[in-house]
Parts: sequence; C-alpha cells; structure tokens
Amino acid sequence: MNLIKELWGSLIDSLVGLGAVVRFLLRMIVVTPSALLRFDLIVAQIYNSGALSLVIIMLSGLFVGMVLGLQGFQLLQRFGSEDSLGIAAAIGLVKELGPVVTALLFAGRAGTALASELGLMRATDQLSAMEMMAVDPITRVVVPRFLGGVIAMPLLAAIFSLIGIYGAQLIGVQIMGVDSGSFWSQMRGGVGLADINEGIVKSLIFGVACSLIAVYEGYYATPTAAGVGTATTRTVVTSAVVVLFLDYLLTAAFL
Amino acid sequence: MAPHLKGRSPSGIPLNQDSSIVEIRNLRYAVSGRPIFDGLDVDIPRGKVTAVMGPSGTGKTTLLRLITGQVRADSGSIVVAGEDMRSLKRAELYALRRRMGMLFQNGALLTDFSVFENVAFPIREHTDLPERLIRQLVLTKLEAVGLRGAAELMPSELSGGMSRRVALARAIVMDPEILIYDEPFVGLDPISLGVILRLIRRLNDTLGLTSIVVSHDVQEISTVSDNVFLLSAGKVVARGSPQELRANPSEVVRQFVGGLPDGPVAFHYPAPDYFSQLLARGEDL
Repeated sequence: MNLIKELWGSLIDSLVGLGAVVRFLLRMIVVTPSALLRFDLIVAQIYNSGALSLVIIMLSGLFVGMVLGLQGFQLLQRFGSEDSLGIAAAIGLVKELGPVVTALLFAGRAGTALASELGLMRATDQLSAMEMMAVDPITRVVVPRFLGGVIAMPLLAAIFSLIGIYGAQLIGVQIMGVDSGSFWSQMRGGVGLADINEGIVKSLIFGVACSLIAVYEGYYATPTAAGVGTATTRTVVTSAVVVLFLDYLLTAAFL
Repeated sequence: MAPHLKGRSPSGIPLNQDSSIVEIRNLRYAVSGRPIFDGLDVDIPRGKVTAVMGPSGTGKTTLLRLITGQVRADSGSIVVAGEDMRSLKRAELYALRRRMGMLFQNGALLTDFSVFENVAFPIREHTDLPERLIRQLVLTKLEAVGLRGAAELMPSELSGGMSRRVALARAIVMDPEILIYDEPFVGLDPISLGVILRLIRRLNDTLGLTSIVVSHDVQEISTVSDNVFLLSAGKVVARGSPQELRANPSEVVRQFVGGLPDGPVAFHYPAPDYFSQLLARGEDL
C-alpha cells in the first residue's frame, strides 16, 4: 500500500515538474521576439555552446566513426558485402549516432556550463539585480542561451556525422581495404534527403530538450554551492534520459 | 488609521505621512505557514535616509523584497511612489523599478562585465544614448563613488568595499528616486564602512533621493539616518529618530541598541529540556 502511495506521489511530483518546465518554456516563447532583436547575444551563445564544443564533438565523431568502420567491416565481411560499409556508416551516423551522441556530449559540455552559469548568477544575486534594474533575466540571459543551444545542436550533429563518416572511411577504405569507389557511391545512392531530414529534426528536438533542461535547472537552482552542483548533475542525467526516450519516439515516428 | 512617523530629522524638519514615498498598511506575509509580518504598518518619508533595523531573521530583507515587488504580500497594501504593488502587472512593475536603485548585500555585480560595463548596463538596456554620452554618465557616477580609476577592472579584481561602491554607482546611474541598501556594511573594514556611510548621506542629499537602509549595525547607521524603524517578531516595535531610539525604554529596543545577548530576543533557540535531552537514550535529537 505504501509502495503504491509513494509511486503515486512520485508520479504527481513528476507531472508537477513537467508542468513547471512547460510553463517556463511558454514564458520563454512569449519573450523570444524581443530577445531576437538582440541577435548579437544569441550569436555569442552559439559561440559558447557550439564553437567551444567543437573539439570534443569532432574528436568523438572521429572515434565513433572509426569504431563503426571496424565493427561494420567485421560484420559485413561475414556476408561478403563489405562494400556496403559506406552506406551503413552514413545511415547510422546521420540518422542515429550523430544526433544522439552529439546531444549527450552537448548535455555534458554545454548543458552543464549553462546550468552552472545560471545557477551561479542566481546564487550571487546577479539575476535579482537584473530584475531590480528592470531588465528581464529571461529575455536578456535565458532565451539567448536557449536559442544558442537550439541553433548549435544541428550544426554540431552535422559536423559529428561528417567527421564520423571520415573516420569510417579511414578505417574501412584506408586500412581494411574496402573499395573507395564502392564506399562513396553506395553512400551517395543509399542516403536520401529523408534520412538527412530525420537527422536534422532529431538534433533540433534534442537541442530544444537539452537547452531547455539546462536553462531551467540553472535558473531555478537552489542558490547555494550544493544547489548549483545538484542543478548541474540533474542537467546531465535528465538530458541523457530525455534524449534517449525522445530518440525512440522519433525513430518510431519516422519509420 | 496607521500611526504616523513621529520623529524629527537631524535638520529638525518634522516627518509626516503626507510626504511618504512608501506606505505599508496592515501587511501580512507568511513563508511556509510561518508568519513573517502580521499587520505591519510603515511609512517611509520622501527625501530622507530611513534605516530599517532589527535582529537577524526578523524579515528586514523580506520587507525590501516586498517593497520592490520581488515577492507579493498575502494581504494588506504596499504603495510605492503612488503605485499599489499588489495591482501592478509585470511591465508596470518594471516601469516602477526604473525609478528605484538597489544595492545588494554582496554587490551582485555581473561577473563577466568590467566595472565600466556594469555601471553602463542599465543605460544600455533602457536607452539608445550615444556611446560618448554613456561614457560620460558612467565616469560621472564612478567619480561620485571614487572609482573612476577602476573602470577597466573586472569584478574579481575588486575588494568587497569597492564592489559595493561599483554597485552603488550602478544603482544611481539611472537617477532613481528611491535607493535601497540591503545590509551595506556586512564584512567591510572600517575604512570601507566609513566610505559607504558617507556615500549614503551624500548621495541622498545631493541627488535628492529617498534612501532605505536595512542594517543591524546600530551605531553606524544611526550616524547618517534621519529616522529608524526597529522590527521585531514581524512588527515595528519602535520608530523615530536615532536619538529617540536610544532613549526608548522598551526592553526589546534596549537589548538591540545595547547589544545584550539575552532579553526579549532569547539567546537560545526554542529547544526541549537540556538535561532530559542530554540523558535521553538513543540517537534522536
């Protein structure tokens, strides 16, 4: 009986939490037109969330592509179809690994940075000071960071996939000896616009989810050292679970 | 009818309700069911330095948050510069806040911006003034707090006293009518404290402001304030000029002004019997 009560309580808490996040998102949407007037602030945040994540995204993309090249080659060789490595790697990266791994890395690098920055601003009264200066922190601070993340994510995912394909080619063609012409021509023939669109839509939605979670956790962080730490941790954990859950839903929807 | 302010300013001008810039009537406010204010009445006169004092935890900072509209009262009325805080929409509240400046306990400077950019921040956000004029305004305000030479420094390079002076320059840069100080002396060395004290008085008189200072530094704030409110247990227990406060025979006032460790404000937080708790078995407190 107690277990049911606790589960019911957890469910209600989760729904209340979800409602608060949706309300926060709506509040951001309302002020987005005025935030767009200050596009320089958004560009700065694209740099912070996007450009500063480039190294980790490119390195990870290369290694993921190389692993895909190795594993794909081993598997396809069994059926004598190692020439299809190009299309296998490209489809895997563009539709799945690119958006998902990029989102997970984004949550770990940019998401935590956003949450801790906003949490620290809360803890040191900087957000309250802005409110007292009649400057809405949602418009001035939160929305540019949110939009910066949303715009950066598809770009990062595209770069991840691109480098990943290069990594797969490096292993498959340069080391394992797959025919270069087959590798590229099968990829060209097999990867359609629909596949690329799926990757773009996924990464956009992941961008909204990860950025929203990061700014929400940071903005409402308890204004203490432990509170900022908790907000940062929650950002990574929640983002990871939400991204994987959304990935399943989106994959099912695109089938 | 709520009681009027009875004191006199150091200049001898009688204080009266008609010149109040903040009027609080029958204010009730509770946090998690615990009442912070229960029927509070306060009038803050225009053009004066008013100190709000009281022991820690009596709701001094909460009162500031209520006056500035950062939190909403459960009941009662708060009228600031003729505006009823309870009926203001967000845009109206922000319009009112442009007429206020606030100095936070820790300065609350924007850590990514230099001193100059911190002071320029409200101007850049609210006006389209040319850069040359912004520069002049910022340098004028920094000169007023003695930190024109620190314009290029970052907040991390400033001492606590300097941070608060920069925050003060930022608070006055839009020429507010009301300047609010939340515990401006906490953690300051005597020199910085003296500087801030002098600035409170000087800025109030030269810029024609109304200053509200929340503090529990009795001696320091008494030297610059025109009148004082002493809060305790959610109510005003004494009001008047600093001289009147010192002469007040009330036990609470005597304990607070004299810095006595025990009195109506108990030294011990409410707790069960000491010996029975010490002798109790088990680990429960």
